[in-house]
Amino acid sequence: MSANILTVDDSASIRLTTRVALSNAGYQVTEAVDGVDGIAKLNAGQFDLVVTDLNMPNMDGLTMIRELRKLTAHTGVPVIFLTTESDGEIKQQAKAAGATGWLTKPFDPESLVKIVKKVLGK
Amino acid sequence: MSFPDPIAVFRTEAAELLEQIEAGLLDLNVNLGDKDQVDAVFRGLHTLKGSGAMFGFEALAAFTHHCETAFDRVRKGEVPATHALVTAVLEAKDHMRALVETPSGDHEAMSEALLVNLRRAVDGGGDAATAPAAAPPAQTLYKIRFSLPQNAMANGTNPLPLLDELRDLGTCRIVADRSGIPSLDELVPTDLHISWDVELLTAEPRSAIDDVFIFVMDDMELTVEEIAAQAQAPAVIAPASVAAAPVAAAAVVSAAAASAPAPVDAKTAKANENVRVPAEKLDELMDRVGELVIAQSRLSQLAGGSGDLTLRAVSEDVERLSGELRDTMMVLRMVPVTHLFSRFRRLVHDLANETGKRIELITEGETTEVDKSVIERLADPLVHLVRNSCDHGLETADERLATGKTEAGHIHLSARQQAGEVIITIKDDGRGINKDRVRAKAESSGLIAANASLTDQELYQLIFQPGFSTASEVTNLSGRGVGMDVVKRTIDALRGTINVVSRPGEGSEISLAIPLTLAIIDGLLVRVGNARYVIPLSAVEECLELSVEEDMRSRGRSFISLRDSLVPFLRLRDLFRTGTKPDQFQKVVVISTGSERVGLVVDQIIGDHQTVIKGMSKLHHDVATFSGATILGDGDVALILDVGHLVAEGQQQEAHLRAAG
Repeated sequence: MSANILTVDDSASIRLTTRVALSNAGYQVTEAVDGVDGIAKLNAGQFDLVVTDLNMPNMDGLTMIRELRKLTAHTGVPVIFLTTESDGEIKQQAKAAGATGWLTKPFDPESLVKIVKKVLGK
Repeated sequence: MSFPDPIAVFRTEAAELLEQIEAGLLDLNVNLGDKDQVDAVFRGLHTLKGSGAMFGFEALAAFTHHCETAFDRVRKGEVPATHALVTAVLEAKDHMRALVETPSGDHEAMSEALLVNLRRAVDGGGDAATAPAAAPPAQTLYKIRFSLPQNAMANGTNPLPLLDELRDLGTCRIVADRSGIPSLDELVPTDLHISWDVELLTAEPRSAIDDVFIFVMDDMELTVEEIAAQAQAPAVIAPASVAAAPVAAAAVVSAAAASAPAPVDAKTAKANENVRVPAEKLDELMDRVGELVIAQSRLSQLAGGSGDLTLRAVSEDVERLSGELRDTMMVLRMVPVTHLFSRFRRLVHDLANETGKRIELITEGETTEVDKSVIERLADPLVHLVRNSCDHGLETADERLATGKTEAGHIHLSARQQAGEVIITIKDDGRGINKDRVRAKAESSGLIAANASLTDQELYQLIFQPGFSTASEVTNLSGRGVGMDVVKRTIDALRGTINVVSRPGEGSEISLAIPLTLAIIDGLLVRVGNARYVIPLSAVEECLELSVEEDMRSRGRSFISLRDSLVPFLRLRDLFRTGTKPDQFQKVVVISTGSERVGLVVDQIIGDHQTVIKGMSKLHHDVATFSGATILGDGDVALILDVGHLVAEGQQQEAHLRAAG
C-alpha cells in the first residue's frame, strides 16, 4: 500500500505542486491549509509523513509539529519542512521539535520526491 | 489523474493574497499599532514571494522580498509602522499585481522607483532605532570542510543551497575539491564526488555553521576549525553576546506567538470545507439546468395534454425536482458582496488623498449574496457612484465644519436582500443634489423643456442622461459627464432600477435594485396577436380584464382608471403591429419599476412560466423593447419584454398626450 502523506501549506499553488509531484510518485496525498487544519486532518486519519510549510496563518508549522507529537497516533511520524526560511535558529527549533528533513523553497519537485523516498525508506 | 495548471492556480492565489495584503494595509492605516495586521501583511508578502519564486515569477519574488523585509522589521519591532510605509507598500502592491499579470513586461524602472520610496519610508521612521547598534561586530575566520555521501543527491540533498546559506553568514571563499572525481568511464553522473573547503569570515557564532548542516549532518563529514578571531580582540565576547541578544529576543517573541493557543477561526475552519470550482464549470452547469428546465416545461405541456395520470404524476415530480435543482444552482452561483465592497476601501482611501477631503467609508451587509455575474457587472457602476459621492457629494473639511457637520465625510455602502432583489445603497452625508442646477443644466442642454413640471425623482433621473454633468469644473475624478449614463445603462442591462433620494445640505442616497440572478426568471406568459411574450413576474403588479366599455372609453386616451388612480397604458397589439383583431376580452397586465407603473394590454394571459433567458444577438442590440428571448415547452421562441423600457415609454406617451391637451 502506498504511503499517506499530509501536505500543509497556506499557498494553494505550492500545495498543488507538492501534490502533483507526490501523487505522480505513487503516494496518497492529503492537503491542509494551515497548522490548525493540519492537526484536524492528522486527527482524522493516519499519515506516514508530513510535509509542511513554516510560516502560515492560524498556526505555524513549528507549533503544528509540537502539537502533533502530542497525538498518540503520530508521535513518531517524520516531518519534512518545505519553506523559504533558512535561518539557523529556526532550523534548530525545527530539529528539536523532531523535524526530519528541510527543503528550501523554491524547490525542485524531484528533490522533494527523493527526500520523501529516503525518509520513508528508513 | 489530471491536475490544474499550477501557474493558473498561482495567479488566482496571488490575486487573493494581494487583496488580503491590501485589506491588511488599510486596516493598519487606521490603527498603526495593530500587530495582527502587521503579521497578516507580512505573511501575505512572504507567501507571495515564496510561491512566486516557485513558479518562475522572479521579478515579483525579488521585488516582494524588499517589502517583506520591511514588514519583517516592523514585525520584530525594529522600525515602527507608519502611514508612509503603508502608502509605500500599497503602491508597491499595485506594482506586484502588474508583475503577476505581465511577468515579462518592462518593470525595472518602476520597481526601482518604488523601492526607493519604500526605503525612504522605512528609514524615515527607523534610522534612530538601528543606528546605535551599528558598531562593526567582531568577526571570526573559520575553516570548514565538508563532504556528503555519494548518494546524497539521489536522496534529495542539494549541496548548492547549503553553500548559499554559508554565504549568507559572512564572507566566503569556497573551493571545490575535485580530487574524488573518477575517470570518465567509471563516473556515475548521479553520484556526488566533490567535497568542499570553505573559508568563512563571520560575526555569527560557531553554532550558526552547524545549523546550516543540521538536517544533513547525520550522513556527512563536517569539520569546522576556528582559525583566528579578527582584530578587535577584546571586543570579541561582548559584541557577540549583543548580536545574539536580539536574535534570542526575537525567537522568544515568535515562540510566544507560536505557542499561544491559535484561535480556530470559525471562518477559516469553514473555508477549509469548501471546494473550489472554476467559474466556467458553474456556467456550464447553469446552461444544463437551463436546458433541463426547458425540457421539463415541454414534458409538462405534453403531460397536461394527455389523459395519462401516471405520466402527469411523473411530470409533476420532474417539475418539482428541476425547480429545486434550479434553486440550488442559484445558491451555488451566489457570492457575498464582501469582495466587491472591499475594493472600495482602497478607492475611498485614494479619493480622500486626491481630493484632500477626509472621508470615512462605512460598509454594511457584506454577507449579502448575489449572483456571481451580477457582482462582476456591478463593480464599474459602483465605482462611478462612489467616486461621484466623494467628488461632488462630500464637501471639504472646512465647508463641513462651517455648516456644523463632522470634519470627515461619510460614505455609507450597504447591501441587503429584499424579495427577489438585492438593494445596494450608496449614501453620503454631503451637500445633496442641487435641484436647481440639475434643472438649469437639463434645460440648457435640451433634455427637458423650460419650466417642464417634473417630480423630484424624474429630475434626479436626469443625471443619468448621456452627457449630463453639473460640475462646472471637470476634475480628475468625475465630472466629465461620462459615467453616470454608463451606470444607468449597466443597471438597465441587469434589469435593475435606480432610485435617488436627496436632501439639500444633508446628503444623497442612490439605491440600485438588482434582480438576484440573471439566468432564469419566473415569467408571465402572455399572447399578443399570434405571438407569445414573457413578462418578468417580479415586475407584474396585477392583471385585470379590460372591459369593452373601458376599452371604448380609453380610445384615444393614454390611461385607464385603476381603482381611482390613472395608469398610463400601452396596447401591445398596436405597438407590435400584429394586424390582428383584438380578442373579445382583452387583459391588462400592470407592471411597475418601483415608483412608476404602466399597464400593458394583451390578448390573453397564458400563465406563469419559468424562463431561461437567452441573450439577443448583436444584430438586435438596438431593439429596446425586448431584453431577451426564451424557448417555450413546445419549442417556440417567446420574446421577453423589457419592463424598464416599456414603463418609460408608457410614461413618455402619457406626457406627450397630456402636453398635447
